Amino acid sequence: MSIELRNISKRFGDITAVKNISFTVGEGELVGLLGPSGGGKTTVLRMIAGLETPTEGDLFVRGRRMNDVPVQTRNIGFVFQGYALFKTMTVFDNIAFGLKIQKQRPIDITARVEDLVKTLGLEGLERRFPHQLSGGQRQRVAIARALAPKPNVLLLDEPFGAVDAKIRQELREWLVQLHDELNVTTVFVTHDQEEAMEVSNRILIFSRGNLEQLGTPREVYEQPRNEFVARFIGVMNVLEMTVSGGVARLGGLSFPAHGQSEGQTLRIGFRPYAVQVSSSPSEYRHQALLKHTYFLGIMLRLELETPDGLVVRARMSKEDYARLSLQDGMDVSFQIREYRVLAREGENLTPEVSIAHPTVLGEGI
Amino acid sequence: MAGSVRRKLTPANTRSRRGADESRLTQWILISVAAIFVGLFLVLPLVSMFYEAFRRGPMAYFAALTQENTLDSIRYTLTIALLVVPLNALFGMAAAWALTRFQFRGKALLTTLIDLPFAISPVVVGVMLIALFGYQGWLGPWLREHDLKVVFALPGMVLATVFVTFPFVARELIPMMQSQGTEPEQAALTLGASGWQVFWHVTLPSIKWALLYGLILTTARAMGEFGAVFVVSNRIAGEMPIPLWVDNLNADHRGSDAFAVASLLAFLALGTLMLKAWLESRHQREEAAGMWITAAPVVNSGESETAFTSNTPS
Repeated sequence: MSIELRNISKRFGDITAVKNISFTVGEGELVGLLGPSGGGKTTVLRMIAGLETPTEGDLFVRGRRMNDVPVQTRNIGFVFQGYALFKTMTVFDNIAFGLKIQKQRPIDITARVEDLVKTLGLEGLERRFPHQLSGGQRQRVAIARALAPKPNVLLLDEPFGAVDAKIRQELREWLVQLHDELNVTTVFVTHDQEEAMEVSNRILIFSRGNLEQLGTPREVYEQPRNEFVARFIGVMNVLEMTVSGGVARLGGLSFPAHGQSEGQTLRIGFRPYAVQVSSSPSEYRHQALLKHTYFLGIMLRLELETPDGLVVRARMSKEDYARLSLQDGMDVSFQIREYRVLAREGENLTPEVSIAHPTVLGEGI
Repeated sequence: MAGSVRRKLTPANTRSRRGADESRLTQWILISVAAIFVGLFLVLPLVSMFYEAFRRGPMAYFAALTQENTLDSIRYTLTIALLVVPLNALFGMAAAWALTRFQFRGKALLTTLIDLPFAISPVVVGVMLIALFGYQGWLGPWLREHDLKVVFALPGMVLATVFVTFPFVARELIPMMQSQGTEPEQAALTLGASGWQVFWHVTLPSIKWALLYGLILTTARAMGEFGAVFVVSNRIAGEMPIPLWVDNLNADHRGSDAFAVASLLAFLALGTLMLKAWLESRHQREEAAGMWITAAPVVNSGESETAFTSNTPS
């Protein structure tokens, strides 16, 4: 076990940033902390590093209780969102900083720095200053600097936040590669669910200081524990329906609701890929107008509007779209293959998930 | 800096600026007014003083500077500067550190108080010191018991100068340290550096230029301060710094001696200005040297021909 948090809470004055969180990260894992801003994920990262002290609970790294261990002796590599390079030092001196502090022999320092420069593809940049580097290069210097003293754990705060979209994709793949190569336990923070899904072995989803779910990308996508997770990971159509005669209804749509009391409100969620569309207006049960098609690469997202004004999002491949010879403005029919009851009335819901207009569905990320 | 950029502008670029420019006549009038003002109120008095100082020839000038009381005044001024500058370097850094790195009650008040010496008349500073350290003052009895003399002696003059020059270092450092944030320092901590190592290797190099500017300004003001020091000096020839000695000579109708000693102060001031300008150009060259490698749009450097041409829009 590399990192363990037991009942950790953190309060800043009256604000509770992290509420009673417990989780463990295994040796060599690559874990993403995911959530909207203000969710507490960066605070968790900074507590592991020792840049913040937990108000309550115990923090262990490799079995050692870390609560009272000062940041200097924790042996943790931290990569800041803005990289925080030392602007008055060259790339070489930035990377060598931790080793010089440890008073290692100059020959060992040079060897280690050269090794990292090679691993991170920074050859030829050793004498440059941070302001002479591109964003991606700066980030690699920051990672090299954090890795130089061979930390127990590598922590990255929004590692892809400050670079543009094109380099982002490359950096993601590169981070996974680097992790495979070095096999150092890595925890990173992100607000981008796609990024978290692609990069991490496991994802921890935070919202308002709570740990909502912990699991592999597949688990959190396929078995979201609550509505917040369901809607934060991927796109989901959400309907707020009323039960009458054992059936939950909203407009023309209905779902079985056996054993539910009359007049109760039920929230139903379904993924866009669970919506089956036909170009024939009579093939499936529900009729709709194909309002707009969004091209997302290989996959397309279809926006359907029912005669009652409900908007449903569907997803299909380009090939299927062409085979059905669909086009915007057509009358189509659809059916919902899979759905999930998100929460019953009276049960606690995370505050973010309340929707202002029950008729507007499928809020995306 | 702007001038050197201007010269290197291609005709196409100069034309493109015209739209926002004033008409030629307005330009000419504004420049003339500025030049006349500078000439009349800055250059003319300076020239006349130097003329008076040297009128009786270089031997007389030299004699005025080497008479014993003048040498004493130079010694006093240097002593005051040597004590005040390190003290205010320390105070200034401590204040800037506290104000930019910590959140605490009364922070806004402290920020305002740092500016107090700018706002308050130096005479008041002197009088305040007398109220505190004079024989009738709060600490007077205690000082007399221990046979210590603060006001009307060198310690008082040092204290007065510390007070007057207090804001210079802090004022230069605060915006600098604010804009840099604390993340590089935190990064150094995670890499195992102690607080002192963080200061020495990370903080100090990054505030080097601002600190130097602050120290130069402090030095200049410490050598030139008159009002506050005047109040707490004993006004005995041979125990006063240069500005007071100049005033003393002047009051004694020893005009040309006064001009000679005053010219010494003026040289000091001009030297300080040149040192500051030189440091600034070095600082900018250092930054510009880095900028053109990344091909960032450099418009205010103009130091290197390549830097400029590579960024000239074609």
